Amino acid sequence: MNGNPTLERIARSNGLALCAAGPWTARFAPVLERMVADAEKLGGTRPNIFIDVSQVSKLDTFGAWLIERLRRSLTQGGIEAQIAGLSANYSSLVDEVRRVKAEPVVETDRVTITGMLEQVGRSVAGIGGTLVGLIDMLGAVLAATGHVIIRPRRFRLTSTIHHLEQVCWRAVPIVVLITFLIGCIISQQGIFHFRKFGADIFVVDMLGVLVLREIGVLLVAIMVAGRSGSAYTAELGSMKMREEIDALRTMGFDPIEVLILPRMLALVLALPILAFLGAMAALYGGGLVAWLYGGVEPEAFLLRLRDAISIDHFVVGIIKAPVMAAVIGIVACVEGLAVQGSAESLGQHTTSSVVKGIFFVIVMDGVFAIFFASIGM
Amino acid sequence: MADEISDAIIRVRDITVQFGKTRVLDGLNLDVKRGEILGFVGPSGAGKSVLTRTIIGLVPKLSGRIEVFGIDLDAASSAERRGVERRWGILFQQGALFSSLTVRQNIQFPVREYLKVSQRLLDEIMVAKLGMVGLRPDVADRYPSELSGGMIKRVALARALALDPELVFLDEPTSGLDPIGAGDFDELVRTLQRTLGLTVFMVTHDLDSLYTACDRIAVLGNGKIIAAGSIADMQASQHPWLRQYFHGKRARAVMG
Repeated sequence: MNGNPTLERIARSNGLALCAAGPWTARFAPVLERMVADAEKLGGTRPNIFIDVSQVSKLDTFGAWLIERLRRSLTQGGIEAQIAGLSANYSSLVDEVRRVKAEPVVETDRVTITGMLEQVGRSVAGIGGTLVGLIDMLGAVLAATGHVIIRPRRFRLTSTIHHLEQVCWRAVPIVVLITFLIGCIISQQGIFHFRKFGADIFVVDMLGVLVLREIGVLLVAIMVAGRSGSAYTAELGSMKMREEIDALRTMGFDPIEVLILPRMLALVLALPILAFLGAMAALYGGGLVAWLYGGVEPEAFLLRLRDAISIDHFVVGIIKAPVMAAVIGIVACVEGLAVQGSAESLGQHTTSSVVKGIFFVIVMDGVFAIFFASIGM
Repeated sequence: MADEISDAIIRVRDITVQFGKTRVLDGLNLDVKRGEILGFVGPSGAGKSVLTRTIIGLVPKLSGRIEVFGIDLDAASSAERRGVERRWGILFQQGALFSSLTVRQNIQFPVREYLKVSQRLLDEIMVAKLGMVGLRPDVADRYPSELSGGMIKRVALARALALDPELVFLDEPTSGLDPIGAGDFDELVRTLQRTLGLTVFMVTHDLDSLYTACDRIAVLGNGKIIAAGSIADMQASQHPWLRQYFHGKRARAVMG
């Protein structure tokens, strides 16, 4: 018996009969819901209503519940409602839905202005917590470093080398490519604008100082935060989700020592190397554009570069690299360990790891700029 | 070799599945009758989960034919396939609940996608399903990470049953549950099968489940079904693995 489900109203001597027929199943749930809602309005008119289900060809939880809902709302309206003609196959199903509590739980999430203000307040208050968390992790990492220095056999060389390969060796191509292109762009823009004053050759000064002091290390640090910081957070986060970190702890290992120290060390070693390679690539790209686009011969470029920059510029740049690496690493590890049980939480913390990592890198760069300016470097 | 059954809800013919050079399923035949609970056993690594995943289309097969509800899944159009998928429910071994959704949203997810019904009905159906799997409605707003192992299995079963399927696949439903919880779960599957008229395809290791829940048992070995029949048939079988399985220390303990 196919076709659509129906709910016919038939007047009888002792009341009204609602004859349900056809398939009362999930597939027809939208239609059924509408029919039942209409029938529910039959309040007060008649004292007795029979819900006759003998013609129902197929019944599932949806159908059974809607019939039960109809019965309940009619009963609430003061009508004697009875279900009749229930076949034996379906009686246990109807018994099952009869046990469902009438009022379903209401979803509590609602967007209100106070709620939004509360969120803002909590976020601001959370900044302090974030800083404490970072300092806490820094302390834990330093303590673990101390332990390892006292007992060098506990140092995990293999793990460190593995991470060094991941964050340094494998990052070389992309870092070199991007810094090369940035060098080209700086040089091209410099020449284009300086030419108006006939000061083409000063592009070498600009390129040298900019690349060695600021752009080289900053750009590389941002790339590393995006590339390796996110990877650290995701790795540690999924380990946390699967209780791998708890397992380590119960076996008597310190997760900071086993997981975080090798990662931090790899990052602190990798960033100066990458920053140096990046600076060289940017100078090379800048020199190439200066030659091909600006007509500055390579010999002239090198001569000018030697005059324009001193070892100070290079030192200022490269000294920042390990500090920025440590900041990126600590942010990434704190975020990784903060991951909760869900996939969504992993995503949020990975995003937050990259955002905070880049933010702190730029803040550190500013702090360094003030410091070096005041010591006259 | 499975017997020909006229009213088969799943009909598997000459299925071969190969991973690299290892042949996991080798010309396997299996029929599942409408309305029965089929227990599917076999040694670890024999390919029980592979067969389940092949039937539901997650693992590609080298050759063979699979019919579910009389529809050949290879020949089916995508609309027909969706129709079939709506009529079955799957309980994965680890539950596979969506971790970023609450229990309520997990159970309502398939309903919401397939049917245009009111939020009120969605909530009511969710409460009904939770009741069917023996959970109280106050777990509805918890996240999967806040549930115990047994509760995860129950919620996952509720989600598998959300659209009132005719057929459910259970992949080791009682693994990781304590014996009492496992016993309750078997009882639950039996009750649901009776109330909803389900057909159940249950991969299991649990001897208790075989004794208490299953109508029929199929045994996988060497990529084929080596035996299929009632628990009495299994006990009478002379196959070495079956003898060990059904007459070993644990089996004697179950039979008491």
